[in-house]
Amino acid sequence: MSASNLLAATGLAYDYGRHRGVADIDLALAPGEVVGLLGVNGAGKSTILQLLAGTLGPGAGRIEIAGHDLARAPTLAKRHIGYLAERPALYRELSVDESLDLAARLQGLPRAKRADAVAAAKRDTDIQDLGRRLIGGLSKGMAQRVGLAQAIVHRPALLLLDEPTSGLDPSQLHAVRALIARLSTKHAVIISSHLLAEIQAMANRVVIVAGGRIVSDRPAADPDAPIWIELQCARPPSAAHLSQLLDGAAVQTHAPGTFRIPGPADASMRERLADLAHAHDWGLIGLASVADSLEQRFMQATGAIPQESQI
Amino acid sequence: MTGLAGVWRLETRRLFVSPLSWMLAAMTQLMGGLLLVMTLTDIQNNPQSLAETGGVTVYAVGGLMRFITLVLVLVVPLLTMRCIAEERKQGTWSALMASPVTSSALVLGKFAGVMGPLTLIWALVAAMPLVLATATPLDMGILAAGLIGLWLITACFAALGLLASTLTREPSLAAAISLTAILLAWLAYAVSSVDWQPTVLGATLDPAAVIRGISPIGHLDRLLRGLIALSDLVYFAAFVAACLALAVLRLDAERR
Repeated sequence: MSASNLLAATGLAYDYGRHRGVADIDLALAPGEVVGLLGVNGAGKSTILQLLAGTLGPGAGRIEIAGHDLARAPTLAKRHIGYLAERPALYRELSVDESLDLAARLQGLPRAKRADAVAAAKRDTDIQDLGRRLIGGLSKGMAQRVGLAQAIVHRPALLLLDEPTSGLDPSQLHAVRALIARLSTKHAVIISSHLLAEIQAMANRVVIVAGGRIVSDRPAADPDAPIWIELQCARPPSAAHLSQLLDGAAVQTHAPGTFRIPGPADASMRERLADLAHAHDWGLIGLASVADSLEQRFMQATGAIPQESQI
Repeated sequence: MTGLAGVWRLETRRLFVSPLSWMLAAMTQLMGGLLLVMTLTDIQNNPQSLAETGGVTVYAVGGLMRFITLVLVLVVPLLTMRCIAEERKQGTWSALMASPVTSSALVLGKFAGVMGPLTLIWALVAAMPLVLATATPLDMGILAAGLIGLWLITACFAALGLLASTLTREPSLAAAISLTAILLAWLAYAVSSVDWQPTVLGATLDPAAVIRGISPIGHLDRLLRGLIALSDLVYFAAFVAACLALAVLRLDAERR
């Protein structure tokens, strides 16, 4: 663990009875990072966030937040965390101001600072006009904003956001995304989602979770991402035949009539493929170098690309 | 301390804006009022019964307190089930669990919060014999001991209900658990009146005395008869403390 890490989790595991929730979770986060936790529903994203937020105790492993052990010094560690659960923890019978004041109280903010903290959180989440409204009467998008305000009221260094845009309509979704982007300039953020576009839009590092384990942890815009040569033909050969012609290169069927071959960024492989397409009359439609997309990375990391399509 | 106060305020607010709390308070008042009217009617019709039962305070007020204790067996679990189990079910519990508030502060705040409406119910019940005092002299010692006993047994039921609420995320199940536990305590007290003193290895045992000592109802009975003993007060304090300590341990186990 680096001394500059805001969060360092090592060897986390949690079981739901006999069912494994998550295992072998190692995750570190530096200040200013926005990490996208990507995975299909049930992959273990929420469990990881609950463990990091301290609402669940891990069966194994250790979590340090800003240098404080979450199990041994939970009070100190939790002061650095703002947590928005998948279903925002809001009391319907309280007004927005009461709800934020409660959150500030629970975080131990002294009376003299609470009013300012509540006002700042409302300003940051654009809910200045909602102060007296009852939570029970708010729309889902507004409630989500209040949830976010509740999470940041004590100015935590780390924000844990579990599916913050789930169930929002397109305009609410856009507004909440913009809000999170703004918050990420002041806080380190871990945001979980099963939506690739969401993670792509907000995170600068992507952690892919599958089957309760982290299967990939790389920058969102990865300069080392593999380059593929994408070949599209009207009369395509079989993947096996193409692989044979390319001296056994790994050929992946990306879509009907479209193959992907890992290759160098220079033009040599493209020229070779163009010559082969011409010589075998494959009806060349397109030939291009493409970087590994997040979707591609996700599919590979989670095993969603079937093995038989790779030769 | 700020956290404990926050939880207490939250719980008080939640319970006082809940129609259920007011309905339960009204129901308790109605039941108590009906019983008191029936008792007074009985006294009016059979004044000689007062001499046999120890006077109006013991007969009418003591009877009222015993009856209200029985009503509380139903009322308290319905209020305490909301404390934690309902929060878990509604998803609001994560806000408290993710906060730096300790489990002890959570439990104490919740307990103090639920005792608010229960103390209101107790105060309304206390008003009934006090109204009676304007018409007839009452033994204030017996009345005070009875009211202390009623408040203490309410606190015991509330602590037990809070413990049950930590065990599940289903409010109805939490209510069923605490109701069963309280009824078992009552049953134990009823069983203790059976005259059974078995001899084991030459020694005569008195299981009834042991059961009476364990059940909170036995300790309440002495207070309702006007006897304030330090041992009973210590018992109630220990009972409440034990239930709350177990609730804290349960929450700690969940968090760690």
